[in-house]
Amino acid sequence: MEDQIFVSDLPSLDTLYPGKVTLDTRSGYSGFIVPREFLLEVSTEIHDVWGYDMLSSITGVDYFPEKMEVVYHFYRSLGGGALVLKVQVPRDDAVVPSIFSIYNGAEFQEREAWDLLGIKFDGHPDLRRILMWEGFEGFPLRKDWKEAYYEGDTKPFSSRWPEGVAEHSENKNIFNDNVKYPENFDPDKWIASGEEALYLGLQKSENGKDMETESIVINLGPQHPSTHGVFRMAALVDGEEIVDLKPAFGYLHRNHEKIGERNTFLQNMPFTDRLDYISSMSNNFGYALAVEKLMGVKPPERAEYIRVIMAELTRIESHFMSTGFLLNDLGAFFTPALYALKERELILDVFEAVSGSRMMCNYFRFGGVVRDLPAGIQETIKNLAFERLPGKVDELDQLLTENEIVRSRCMGIGVLTAEQAINLSVTGPILRASGVPYDIRRADPYSIYDRFDFDIPVFYHGDVYDRYLIRIEEMRQSVRIIQQAITQIPEGPVFEGKPQYQVRVPAGEAYGRVEAPKGELGFYVVSNGQANPWRYHVRAPSFINLTSLRQMCLKYKVADVIAILGSIDIVLGEVDR
Amino acid sequence: MQSEKINKPDINIPPELQSQVAITTLDRIYNWSRANSLWPMMFGLACCAIEMIITAASRYDFSRFGMEVMRPSPRQADVMIVSGTVTKKMVPQIVRLFNQMGEPKYVLAMGACASGGGPFKEGYNVVSGIDKFLPVDVYIPGCPPTPQALLHGLIILQKKIEKEKLADAEWYKKDFYEEIPVPILGPDLLDPRKYHLFKKEIDTTTEELVIESDAKGEEA
Repeated sequence: MEDQIFVSDLPSLDTLYPGKVTLDTRSGYSGFIVPREFLLEVSTEIHDVWGYDMLSSITGVDYFPEKMEVVYHFYRSLGGGALVLKVQVPRDDAVVPSIFSIYNGAEFQEREAWDLLGIKFDGHPDLRRILMWEGFEGFPLRKDWKEAYYEGDTKPFSSRWPEGVAEHSENKNIFNDNVKYPENFDPDKWIASGEEALYLGLQKSENGKDMETESIVINLGPQHPSTHGVFRMAALVDGEEIVDLKPAFGYLHRNHEKIGERNTFLQNMPFTDRLDYISSMSNNFGYALAVEKLMGVKPPERAEYIRVIMAELTRIESHFMSTGFLLNDLGAFFTPALYALKERELILDVFEAVSGSRMMCNYFRFGGVVRDLPAGIQETIKNLAFERLPGKVDELDQLLTENEIVRSRCMGIGVLTAEQAINLSVTGPILRASGVPYDIRRADPYSIYDRFDFDIPVFYHGDVYDRYLIRIEEMRQSVRIIQQAITQIPEGPVFEGKPQYQVRVPAGEAYGRVEAPKGELGFYVVSNGQANPWRYHVRAPSFINLTSLRQMCLKYKVADVIAILGSIDIVLGEVDR
Repeated sequence: MQSEKINKPDINIPPELQSQVAITTLDRIYNWSRANSLWPMMFGLACCAIEMIITAASRYDFSRFGMEVMRPSPRQADVMIVSGTVTKKMVPQIVRLFNQMGEPKYVLAMGACASGGGPFKEGYNVVSGIDKFLPVDVYIPGCPPTPQALLHGLIILQKKIEKEKLADAEWYKKDFYEEIPVPILGPDLLDPRKYHLFKKEIDTTTEELVIESDAKGEEA
């Protein structure tokens, strides 16, 4: 019986729960509106009865001046499209029940919505600021909150264009800096707080032990060579064993979303490069898909093939990097990483040839790609896909997979079961290493992935070793896709319509998601018909995958935490945005 | 080439000793050795850090210039490469790291963000360039700078070091103690060096407000 429910499509929720759920009838919008008093009930139902077991994204939208809206995207781990729920609350009473008890993956996303939009989640176990620090004044993503360098609501600013002369923003600020303070603020009376909340939140284990031992707090980062940037965590240890662990974020919070809402749609494209700065082509892909959904355009054939080739090259490059750096974290300092980085350089050369930049490609446009492949690069890609990369992936495999130290340090470490992974909203290689065959390229196909013959590798132990193995295997599959794409790629235009600086985007909302190297990368874009997005939210895989870090680390040793963190493969640009 | 530069003594060395004896000034040999064994701090902030790693890796390999030893500890590092966006939340830690480095120390602002805020300058959590807090020796443009650009920046730094004089070196002077006050996270970033300014500004704004309200009152 249950199988039938999973396979069949869900009847419309508003007919199933009349009085509790209504259809979102605004033009360009989809999904259902739930009053906040029924949210817990309805989400329990869709989780337990209808099989929407994965919470993909929670975000808020500030429909200034009327209301706040909290948007939930749910998916089934068996594949298929999204179920979108929305809760509307007044701006001055923005309180929503927390769904943390049903979906543990909501933990950090709800904290983010509280931090940036001031939406309170009732029943959240640890509702603190996450990206900004405790004590920061205001909720930055609210439309009536203005930053210190505020110049205008939307770009292009009239002072710069068409005839304006740019002036240094510092000169307009009374402190000659990017700061603003509440009125009559006295710095002498300020007492900094917030650090204690992080440490006090660490829970001691309650199991009765024979011997009373003292547990201590270890603080790691933000300046630490193995945190892959400026990540920070506080761990409570009992001897060598991790009792509790809390990550701390925000040391690279670059205000993507606030800047993105001032930018025009196209101006956001280069900013997406800087999210997961190792795989900029995938980021372009996700954002282009979301806006194309709104605009209703479809790129021409050749552009689709180019997109797929670039996205898969990015995946290989990113997995090379993560494998190399995992080995760095295990103590094989830089020798395996040098092998991996050498191949990455060859792929970067391709990116530089097609886009002009090694890392920040800014190559995709709404309705295609910005320019065709330059002469000769098709041969280079062919060479890479057929001659060079398959052998080099094997080489890395032979060098590392059977290595005694790699095996003993990775096997059985940081185990995450399939149920835990789904409940914690984990996506990407980590989810598949835990035995869930969920890959958006197959589960909810986008672009032209349905044309290619490739496998979704799955491993079942859910430990660090499997997370390493799956990356090696995924590189092989990506090579297969590139081999097919580069031989099938047709001639023709690479852009639909006329290139323009200002795109027309009809009012509405769209959620575009791709299988980025790190997991599900989603862009939630709301347009009100103007030249700028009203809301621009990034569902960053690295950030949400970190929700599982605590679960993975419990009961393991301090030294394993570094290996586990390396196996999650985070990129701080995306974690903090 | 470097050793030729050292050996310009204006003194005639007998030919049989020429390959064994070098006569030079203390400044020159001291700076030559310092400039060619710069140890960068292993410390990455954002996108630029990836290009910094690539510069250290085999293709560009900055160990050719004596910089292969990247040290995670500030105590052992000579040059801090600020590689990426400096955020308000991170800047107290960066200033603290800089304070912990031993003299002589140098700062390289790598990329647009570290130099002046870059594409993220308008952001509410972004510091408009690390030079608001630390003395920067070399700025490297780019977003991110290519490894070649970083190498070029490091070579410029070496040239700068070679021009320094021991007699003028501040860090050998008596009572030299220069610690940059660590900024505080308040309702917004608080720079202790600006407290006086802060007070003055607040006072003038309140005075203006008072005057304005008085004027309004009179009008009414």
